[in-house]
Amino acid sequence: MANSISVNLISGRTIQQGVAIESGKEKPSYRTACGIIEMDSTDLKKLGAWKNTNVKVTTDYGSVIVKAVEATQGPHPGVAFIPMGPWANSVVSDNTYSTGMPTFKGTPAKVEIAMNEPVLLGIELVQKQCGVKVG
Amino acid sequence: MTKVITDVICPFCGTLCDDIEVTVSDDGKKLLEVANACVIGTEKFLHSQSSDRVMKPRLRQDDGSWKEISYEDAADYTAKLLAKAKKPLMYGWSSTNCEAQSVGNEIAEIAKACCDNTAAVCHGTTLIAVQDIGLPTCTLGEVKNRADRVIFWGCNPAHAHPRHMSRYSIFPRGFFTGKGQMSRKLVVVDPRCTDTAKMADMHLQVEQGRDYELLNALRIALKGEWLPDVVAGIPSEKIREAADTLKSGRFGIIFFGMGVTQSLSKNHNIDEAIALTKDLNEYTKYSIMPMRGHYNVTGSGEVFAWQFGFPYSVDLTRGFARYNPGDTSSIDLLARGEVDAMFTIGSDPGAHFPISAVKAIANVDSVCIDPHLTPTSGVSKLHVPVAFNGVECGGNCYRMDNVPIDCRKVVEPPQGMITDEAFLIMVRDRLKKLKGVA
Repeated sequence: MANSISVNLISGRTIQQGVAIESGKEKPSYRTACGIIEMDSTDLKKLGAWKNTNVKVTTDYGSVIVKAVEATQGPHPGVAFIPMGPWANSVVSDNTYSTGMPTFKGTPAKVEIAMNEPVLLGIELVQKQCGVKVG
Repeated sequence: MTKVITDVICPFCGTLCDDIEVTVSDDGKKLLEVANACVIGTEKFLHSQSSDRVMKPRLRQDDGSWKEISYEDAADYTAKLLAKAKKPLMYGWSSTNCEAQSVGNEIAEIAKACCDNTAAVCHGTTLIAVQDIGLPTCTLGEVKNRADRVIFWGCNPAHAHPRHMSRYSIFPRGFFTGKGQMSRKLVVVDPRCTDTAKMADMHLQVEQGRDYELLNALRIALKGEWLPDVVAGIPSEKIREAADTLKSGRFGIIFFGMGVTQSLSKNHNIDEAIALTKDLNEYTKYSIMPMRGHYNVTGSGEVFAWQFGFPYSVDLTRGFARYNPGDTSSIDLLARGEVDAMFTIGSDPGAHFPISAVKAIANVDSVCIDPHLTPTSGVSKLHVPVAFNGVECGGNCYRMDNVPIDCRKVVEPPQGMITDEAFLIMVRDRLKKLKGVA
């Protein structure tokens, strides 16, 4: 058990993400589908986190609160997966190395338990980080 | 009495399924049921009917609230924004039809804008690789009828293209593949044991980001040369076994996705995958195809290439088309703070760009043309809701194998709501007047 663990972070599509973006990104179902981090059960154990605990994911590019869930498409120890969306994009590398393509996969990340911090809704998360005034 | 419309095209992913059946009310105004589509496609059709849909353009006020305005005022605002800007970015295009994309290109030329589509965060690096060494490809019909070796490299169609496997690549019984799944061998390369990998005859669980090495090792194994004991986390015996499986087919196809385009080696991964395809053609027939995401991202590339000569990342600020990914690409333009107005249509950079680029969008005047509420509309100054393309209006789209298919209109849009193309024509005509273009 540790206070934080290091993982290799990747992102990508899931069918739940696809359904959620088509049913409305303003809805809580989008957060349920994409405001998560899929972790291998051994990594959850190392972190000392129960399934469905909120965690803080930090990289060189930012940090975000998401819910840690057990990987559905594992095992993949050492690799963690956040479905594509604003939660993943809060922490992925924006470096394109002159190709135009950010490095969405393979960002070194630190994961720590943040049980009392809330996972924000998708639009709310982006607006908050961009400092958009909402009336 | 309801009526059933058959052979409807699904406007979700690049598979562009053309066998959807939609039940509509007898007045053609309500969409009631969807059959044959995957769960995502069904949701797309049904969400067009939701009662909480935004019906009128909305302009953000100083206090952060929205004020409803007319389409005429929204077109005025957009035209003025583009006329005033020195380096506007017109981004998206992948969830609208080719007709609208073409009008958008006229606007971009008058406004001397940078234009880009969602390939920027999807298969942009594939396009670079194709320009490097070409693409031996085929249509999905050939895959269905001929392919007996199917490789999914860094893609997970069970989640991202849910009907791809049942319509084209694994399960259908084709002319030379009469036994369906039994006629084919499926090889999946992915760092996770994905739901696609669980169906595979062989899963190579590559170390994340080491695809280039594995592709290279497969090329070496084909030639029977020396290999280290382990490459990219895969033992050399398994690599040789995979090489033998690939070579022993009559017709093979490599489908690849974001696992290779978005990890560190980017276009070089694709270079190597295409080179592997070329090498395999020494033994048998092989093709390779990118798994395109949005239903008309391929069409956007076609329209850009047809009208400007380049498939994405086009910069028209000097009055002629320039293309230099890394310089003229959206993420880099935004990261360098060069963009002074943002025009988004048929996509959601707010959700799918790294947050540093989204912050740059929030800092400038912006318009978002999208039927949905999205993180992009959430940070834009003007949100213009439009009819759902492929549901409430028709238009030409390109499948992932570059086959053009006309989408169909199945229901009427809500009263007073216009299409992407109609709104773009309003903007174009206003912009022409502002710029004094005949």
